[in-house]
Amino acid sequence: MRTGPHSAAAQACLPLVAHADPRSVAAWRRGEPVTAGRLLADVRRAAQAMPEGGHVLNLCADRYAFSVALLAAVTRRATTLLPPATTPAVIAAMRDFAPGTGFVSDNDADLPELPRIPLAFSAPGDPESGTVPLVEGSRVAAIVFTSGSTGAPQPHAKRWASLVRNAAAEAGRLGIAGPGHAILGTVPPQHMFGLESTVLLPLLTGAALTAERLFYPAEIDEAIRRVPPTRILFTTPFHLRNWLDSGTTGRLETIVSATAPLSESLAREAEARTGATVLEIYGCTETGQLATRRPTVSAQWHAYDGVRLREEDGRTWASGGHIEEPTALSDVIEIDPGDAGLFHLRGRAADMVNIAGKRNSLAYLNHQLAAIPGVVDGVFHFPDEARPEGVTRLVAFVVAPGLTPDAILAALRSRIDPVFLPRPLVMLDALPRRATGKIPVEELRRLAARAASSRQREDA
Amino acid sequence: MMADPVDNPPAARPHADESLVREIAEQVVSALNLEVSPGKIDPQAPLYREGLGLDSIDILEVALVVSKRYGFKLRDDDQENLRIFRSLESLAATVAERRTK
Repeated sequence: MRTGPHSAAAQACLPLVAHADPRSVAAWRRGEPVTAGRLLADVRRAAQAMPEGGHVLNLCADRYAFSVALLAAVTRRATTLLPPATTPAVIAAMRDFAPGTGFVSDNDADLPELPRIPLAFSAPGDPESGTVPLVEGSRVAAIVFTSGSTGAPQPHAKRWASLVRNAAAEAGRLGIAGPGHAILGTVPPQHMFGLESTVLLPLLTGAALTAERLFYPAEIDEAIRRVPPTRILFTTPFHLRNWLDSGTTGRLETIVSATAPLSESLAREAEARTGATVLEIYGCTETGQLATRRPTVSAQWHAYDGVRLREEDGRTWASGGHIEEPTALSDVIEIDPGDAGLFHLRGRAADMVNIAGKRNSLAYLNHQLAAIPGVVDGVFHFPDEARPEGVTRLVAFVVAPGLTPDAILAALRSRIDPVFLPRPLVMLDALPRRATGKIPVEELRRLAARAASSRQREDA
Repeated sequence: MMADPVDNPPAARPHADESLVREIAEQVVSALNLEVSPGKIDPQAPLYREGLGLDSIDILEVALVVSKRYGFKLRDDDQENLRIFRSLESLAATVAERRTK
């Protein structure tokens, strides 16, 4: 039995959504408001198909469908699984993790060997629901997976009380009072940042979520136009740069960026052109959100209330607040000597890569490469980034005498998220390994430079 | 609930000629810094995944370049994305159909 400050909250029951008035707006779908009473009726309908106490792989891209399925699963004590990618290897790993798991999706694509759980909504004429179900705080509502550093995705269990506390901390920091706030996002709900900010933040504070996953710049413009203020857009530096480059004249109240460092210059441009306050969140899948800053005001990060950082064994650990267990972070962090809640980010740990906001470890990618039959040796290399919001791709050096580069790419495609596929994939007779088995990073840089210059010769 | 107005493709699509296909191939290669020569891209091969191997990050970059060069905005759901970016030829057909410049 756990003791300590978390145990009391963990025993208590907490509401499924914070919208006390069933007539309040819980969501916007294509510019149309959906009341909390309708949302709860949809949750009750969808819950009929959920496996009591089982697992549900939630692949919905539409945030309303995602939320209905998530909440419906919670009311049936079922745990929602959120994978880091939807490659066949990851789906197979989900099946291994929870045999018998079904999946919900808002498109028709079926998954081999996984049963589909039908997602039915209430009909327009059906009565709305005025009752907000209660959820035990200790219940594991979701398991968010990271790719980890070995072969299998790593599970991170999220208990309801912790998610509620996380949402409250975020709302407090961002000044989101609940009703009257519309939450927009370009980030998918399956990723921790998208889950906590574009789904749970509105559901658990009484704000309104928006159903559409915004992709193209024109969709962001349209979404801003058709919901009333106060509008908060959750995005990444990559999507924000793409949106501003489109020449948008959209204006809104708040922009929140996460998943990769936002440069001060991009933040300044975004504030000047959109009229928004631009804030940045730092966090990771393991802990959820940890801190915020406003890049145009200060480079220093302010941890959420109760969250504290400390250094141990050369790593930085986060604890307190909504964090259930002390967790080592995968970034290089400089803690303010006078205040354990203030810090600067000094870069990512050597093993971590971040491509357009998606994170992975080189150890995991190398493991996936080595596991391909016919690959004798192989290593991924992350070239030095040109600019923070640009997209830098990985290079892979592979020894595989019997395989073509296309065959290796096809095998990798079934194992890893496409953004991590190597560009280029360079075939070699041997890798320059030292006696220890390690390859010095200078050797990888030299190989990458040589590959680039030989391509230029081919083009000439 | 009201359905969103969608752009229904006309029965007979404007023909995307070879020079437009080539022009778009050059823009895709240059925007994404690809290692393939524009003339070597099979106009009917998939742009996503197998084939040219583009992902959603690339699609956003290409959409930005195409919208600036041809003066129309892409605003579609994921299914529509898959159709437009199915091949160089289908992207060129969309450009030919919707371009304003």
